[in-house]
Amino acid sequence: MGKNTERLYNGIIKENPTFVQMLGMCPTLAVTTSAINGLGMGLTTMVILTLSNIMIALLRKLIPDKVRIPAFIVIIASFVTVVQFLLKAYIPSLNASLGLYIPLIVVNCIILGRAESYASKNPVIPSAFDGIGMGLGFTVGLTIIGIIREILGTGSIFGHVIYSGYKPIGIFVMAPGAFLVLAFVVAIINKINISKAKKNGTTPKACRLDDCAGCGNVLCAGKVKEED
Amino acid sequence: MNIILLAISAAFVNNVILVQFLGICPFLGVSKQIKTAAGMGGAVIFVMAISSTVTSLIYYFILEPLNIAYLNTIVFILVIAALVQFVEMFLKKSVPALYKALGVYLPLITTNCAVLGIAISNVDSGYNILESIINGIFSAVGFAVALILMAGIREKLDKNDSIPESFKGTPIVLISAGLMAIAFAGLAGLI
Repeated sequence: MGKNTERLYNGIIKENPTFVQMLGMCPTLAVTTSAINGLGMGLTTMVILTLSNIMIALLRKLIPDKVRIPAFIVIIASFVTVVQFLLKAYIPSLNASLGLYIPLIVVNCIILGRAESYASKNPVIPSAFDGIGMGLGFTVGLTIIGIIREILGTGSIFGHVIYSGYKPIGIFVMAPGAFLVLAFVVAIINKINISKAKKNGTTPKACRLDDCAGCGNVLCAGKVKEED
Repeated sequence: MNIILLAISAAFVNNVILVQFLGICPFLGVSKQIKTAAGMGGAVIFVMAISSTVTSLIYYFILEPLNIAYLNTIVFILVIAALVQFVEMFLKKSVPALYKALGVYLPLITTNCAVLGIAISNVDSGYNILESIINGIFSAVGFAVALILMAGIREKLDKNDSIPESFKGTPIVLISAGLMAIAFAGLAGLI
């Protein structure tokens, strides 16, 4: 596998930001009311992540180490502003449904995390593929959660009704539904991790949040991975 | 707009965590004990009161007169990051008692999307400076309320060992949050 395909595989499957690293939980919960919103948010984030990874990789030798975080934030915030205006002009419907969560991509920990751990240490091309891979992984995660919520909450996928006799459970497209769906998704991931640990003969670690207060891998799936 | 209605709406009806999903990271990370949750809640109220004052002053007296309001995302995130640093240094030097209580939580607040989110939604909703301050303070109060309630639930959950293995930790916390969100949705009739 070439280095670039490896970056894509890594972002989409191996270190999937939503399901494995559990990063960027605010947009994951907030905008996944429908599959199309999840897809739109994921792709918007992917574009910003790729552009900021390229820019940071280009400037990595020029940015002094001590002020790198503010420098990264300025770069990311600039791209977010640019993309926000493009969306406003060309896809106003998406801009209206994502609303406040577009400017909040600035504080999405996936983007700053990739800048800090990958783009600031690697050349431009792999960094670009790293951004595309991670962005696609995030898109896949958001779209899957969006599909689950849309099916349960409205009985359709991407706006197409799948079974007209179904009585929708409205709460799943409202705020509480986001927490409940994510809870079951995380529980399924835990189940897989626990049975994997059993198979390998290691004792299954009960998945607990310790005193992780930062924005890193606060949720447990990432932590199980780290301890392996 | 009636200031009292705005305050109730910010704190309960449009709760930052349970309705708007801002600041989920600290909500899941710092809600293990009531004591730490209260510390974090206090720090967020303090920072959010200052940051919504400063960002709305900057917006109305610098960005808007110069016609560069479109730069608000970039300016706000830098101002908030610098502000948190500054508040930390100031408290350390001048109010050591308060620093002792809130200090450890301050660096975590920069990446709290609730702070930036409220600053941006203040100008998006066209609030004037007084309304922005009220919205900032009471959104943070809503954040603290949700955080402390969740910490109370989690202290009880920790004593319960009949939770299925795969639901321990985050999933059960998310389910509790979902039930809390249903309760808060009931408050929508208040205003």
